[in-house]
Amino acid sequence: MQLINDKREIGLALTAATLTLLGVNAPLAEAKGKAGEWDIDTAVLFYSETDGRVSAVEPVAEFTRNYDDDRKLTLKAVADALTGASPSGATPSDQAQTFTRPSGKGDYTVSANENPLDNSFHDTRGALSATWSSPLGDDYAYSVGAYGSGEYDYMSLGLNGTISRYLNNKNTTLNAGLSVSADSISPEGGIPVAFSRMALRANKTEEAFQTEFDASRQGSSDNKTLIDVLLGVTQVVNRSTIMQFNYSLSMADGYMTDPFKILSVIDDTPGAGLGTNAIGADGNAIYVYENRPDSRMKHALYWQTRHMLDNGDVIDGSYRFMIDDWGISSHTVDVHYRYMMGKSYLEPHARVYLQSEADFYTRYLTTTEYNGGTPTVTEATADYRLGEMLSGTLGLKWGYHLTEDHEVSVRGEYMKQTSTGDEGIGALATQGLYPDTDAFWLQLGYTF
Amino acid sequence: MKIRQMLKNGCILVVLVGLTACSEWGVKPWERDVLAKPEMQLIVSPIDAGLDDHIYFSKEGSSGGRSFGGGGCGCN
Repeated sequence: MQLINDKREIGLALTAATLTLLGVNAPLAEAKGKAGEWDIDTAVLFYSETDGRVSAVEPVAEFTRNYDDDRKLTLKAVADALTGASPSGATPSDQAQTFTRPSGKGDYTVSANENPLDNSFHDTRGALSATWSSPLGDDYAYSVGAYGSGEYDYMSLGLNGTISRYLNNKNTTLNAGLSVSADSISPEGGIPVAFSRMALRANKTEEAFQTEFDASRQGSSDNKTLIDVLLGVTQVVNRSTIMQFNYSLSMADGYMTDPFKILSVIDDTPGAGLGTNAIGADGNAIYVYENRPDSRMKHALYWQTRHMLDNGDVIDGSYRFMIDDWGISSHTVDVHYRYMMGKSYLEPHARVYLQSEADFYTRYLTTTEYNGGTPTVTEATADYRLGEMLSGTLGLKWGYHLTEDHEVSVRGEYMKQTSTGDEGIGALATQGLYPDTDAFWLQLGYTF
Repeated sequence: MKIRQMLKNGCILVVLVGLTACSEWGVKPWERDVLAKPEMQLIVSPIDAGLDDHIYFSKEGSSGGRSFGGGGCGCN
């Protein structure tokens, strides 16, 4: 087997040398398929969170048509079906809590001391993308792509392009890319008015409820635009090491509030009621719809190095630093190690993600901040994804080459997210405000 | 002013060291056999990368870096 591998490596080296001498650009990657043929990469992902939260099934297929060594068309199709429950943002309470579904057509009740999860979450999504990539003379290459995805209440359309400049015998590649997309959201029940109170049915007629619900809505849809700029350099370090360094700038404008997320209003009046849900004039607890800024600018630095050891194993490490004008900064470290075992390989994976909270993140609003319906804050969210977070992922992938071009693989990943923050006041301090999120996903893949 | 000068000198030093390092890095065209292997591509499995990016995009406050940050879903 080793002899076969050695022979293959010598063959690849000779091919590269011959192509160079002939003045033909040696491909940077060993082409899997021959010109005029399709390469097909398929997988199905099963994703599940504990405690009855989100679960998803996501089949994906990528078709690559190789026109010659460098020109290719890649088509990708993804579908996913999601069901389950998602944290609403409200705090747990020592009393059972009833919430109105986002559509306004029903309620759900959360038991005392349980973290409120909105269980009306189910959606299907389909996404298609196409990318054409090609050389542009001897020293340049480009790619152009289009993307579209749709789900029940969300649609996204995008265009992107990159240009690459080869330098230093193709040991250095400068990359520049631009991506523009337009998203629109039409949530069931409409767009909530920022900080308006969630209408609740208890203690009122259906007609009074409907009037209150309608007053908490400001239209049926909204949209946002995203512009991403990416500048990068890829550098061959030596015969077995390659490195990439990217800077990316992402600008978003428009509606970035999550229309399904709410905040509890907590009584901060000293006394027996300190830390309990504030109660409105209708005798119901007060929950308000969140509001986020309508623009966001993110900067990210990304570094990745991939190295093959003398025994043929491959180690890959990356680090990303991101900072944005919402006050979030994050560090991400990701490491893969691929043990090569003849026709198969085993690849353990570890990832650590550390995030600081957004300036407007708060676990709840106090009655002082709610200010009788005229909040003293302009933006607030209790979405844990914008809070302080430490997340760790461990994974393992096994792949087996049936033939040179056919590979089957199975991959499992386990992720644990822990959040921290303000522990609450009075009665609220006895509640667990930051439950962990545990997720597991399994992926089966077949490439041919 | 002094700090600005030090930063400027520091930046020049970093660029010079970087350029020197880069000029010594690299391989001859006939030494690309290892780098040409599928397992040596920076994104060795675009399918895995795409699925993971989507999960992390849906569950964290950051996205992008390796490629475009993207949007494209009202993820919960």
